[in-house]
Amino acid sequence: MTTSASNHNVRNMGIALLLVGLVAPLVIYPVFLMKFLCFALFACAFNLMLGFVGMLSFGHAAFLSTGGYVTGYLMTQVGLSTELGVLAGALVAGVLGYVFGKLSVKREGIYFAMVTLALAQLVFFFYLQAPFTGGEDGMQPIPRGELFGLIDMKDNFNMYYFVLAVFAIGFGLIYRTIHSPFGQILKAIRENEPRAVSLGYNVRDYKLTAFVISATLAGMAGATKALVFELESLTDAHWHMSGEVVLMTLLGGMGTIFGPVVGAAIVVAITTVFSGGELGNYIHIIMGVIFVVCVLAFRRGVVGEFNHFMKKNFSASGIGQ
Amino acid sequence: MSFLDINIFGLMGQLLVGLINGSFYALLALGLAIIFGLLRIINFAQGALYMLGAFVAWLGLQYLGMNYWVALFVVPVVVGLIGILMERFLVRPIANEDHLYSLLLTFGLALILQGAFTHMFGSSGMSYNIPDALKGGNNLGFMYLPTYRAWIIVVSLIACLGSWWVIEKTALGSYLRAGTENPALLQAFGVNVPMMITLTFGFGVALAGLAGVLAAPIYSVSPDMGSNILIVVFAIVVIGGMGSIGGAILTGLGMGVVEGLTKYFYPEASTTVIFMVMVLVLLLKPAGLFGKEA
Repeated sequence: MTTSASNHNVRNMGIALLLVGLVAPLVIYPVFLMKFLCFALFACAFNLMLGFVGMLSFGHAAFLSTGGYVTGYLMTQVGLSTELGVLAGALVAGVLGYVFGKLSVKREGIYFAMVTLALAQLVFFFYLQAPFTGGEDGMQPIPRGELFGLIDMKDNFNMYYFVLAVFAIGFGLIYRTIHSPFGQILKAIRENEPRAVSLGYNVRDYKLTAFVISATLAGMAGATKALVFELESLTDAHWHMSGEVVLMTLLGGMGTIFGPVVGAAIVVAITTVFSGGELGNYIHIIMGVIFVVCVLAFRRGVVGEFNHFMKKNFSASGIGQ
Repeated sequence: MSFLDINIFGLMGQLLVGLINGSFYALLALGLAIIFGLLRIINFAQGALYMLGAFVAWLGLQYLGMNYWVALFVVPVVVGLIGILMERFLVRPIANEDHLYSLLLTFGLALILQGAFTHMFGSSGMSYNIPDALKGGNNLGFMYLPTYRAWIIVVSLIACLGSWWVIEKTALGSYLRAGTENPALLQAFGVNVPMMITLTFGFGVALAGLAGVLAAPIYSVSPDMGSNILIVVFAIVVIGGMGSIGGAILTGLGMGVVEGLTKYFYPEASTTVIFMVMVLVLLLKPAGLFGKEA
């Protein structure tokens, strides 16, 4: 296969997207863009598990909310600088990911999904009852702080470029992970686990490492999101959120690099259009219908279908296999 | 001293609440286990169908004058038929794909059902009166036992033990178990396996419908009543392991009691205790208490 051509495409595509990202806030409301970038990073982190290891985690909301709450707490109580706040949130989410992973990677397939879902529900109830989260009211206002102690992040433009940088770093890390020898072994596990075992790889350790990376980046997305909205609430910890990230990935194309980004864009656009007012009730119905349609007829997702179409008609390599 | 200072009425009351919750856990876990046995999928919509059962009972009473006793038979049939349609037209087409897809499919269906009922009835609950014959209660000396609560436990036990008996002790059950072991061979013997799968799915779902009718008079009938209980039932399934039908029933009841006891001794942990037990079981016996897999 034309792997190098494919990588080349991804690189060009990445640079093009970055350029678009740099000028986008001149045209589109920055807060909407930041929301999109946070969810895109969240979905990409999730896709590392589902798309590249083949494990469906139904508990990623726990990492998103942990990133948000930890960063929110530290920014409010300790007054860290912005980048340290986000880093701390990501690290704690990574530690939680290690605990989840230790308990869950022994189980496969549906069991893994159920264990992660149940563990995330445990975390949800913890945040519901713990005094520092503000319970049902949520934690607010969370100060955005100053980047490196110098740049005031209250300005939406400054904040936007910070979020773009966080996304680029996270996305780059995932890209490097997938294309490293480590990533090749993850894909080998996805394709044929017994064979990976027979080749001498300690499959559980690989799964666990991938899970920790995924959780850390999901936490980073949550931490950044909490700063963008200056708010962290139980919505992020609820199982609906875990379902939403599955939907983004499935819709965009699991196992593709850009799929989760596209999926996040669509889902964030839908939720933004429908949120508030009478239409709010329809969100879950629409999400459910998209789920059903994707599973029955559209399993490759938007980017997957695009790649398939390109390969069939132009024998081109598509983007990001 | 305060540790030994147990209020027998309070303790028995929480034990009873625990047994009742456990009855629902057992019914839902049993439905999941029966479906899983033959189809190898987890029905994420089980909670939503439980909610649907409660709503069908409520709607029947409101608009058709269908009383509780009729609902007890009609609702499981209606919910079971919906399950049969679900299996035939949605689940079966993707039966040969990775089973994670059917999990996501049923998750989508759960969202649709819950969203649709929230849209139609709002998120506040409806109340359903306890039928006259089951009102009141008896004072047993050490506790007060409301008749309806005793009724729930009895009906749930009958349904669970009946299902267990059919599956483990009858010819029909032996087909089911054979289908679990080797569907291709069973089909070669002339058994209509696809039909059996459809009916099994319908039966597993009907159990959720039955749980819904039983729950209607004591919990408020609301669109999200199914989603929270479902995640607890998932944890119970992980604790029990998917190996046995009896395991699902025992773990369901047992965890209800554990939850009730926690409510009495340390109420702060009552929402999380089942998940903590799950963590312990995963550490000590990853296949679950009754699980057979390696």
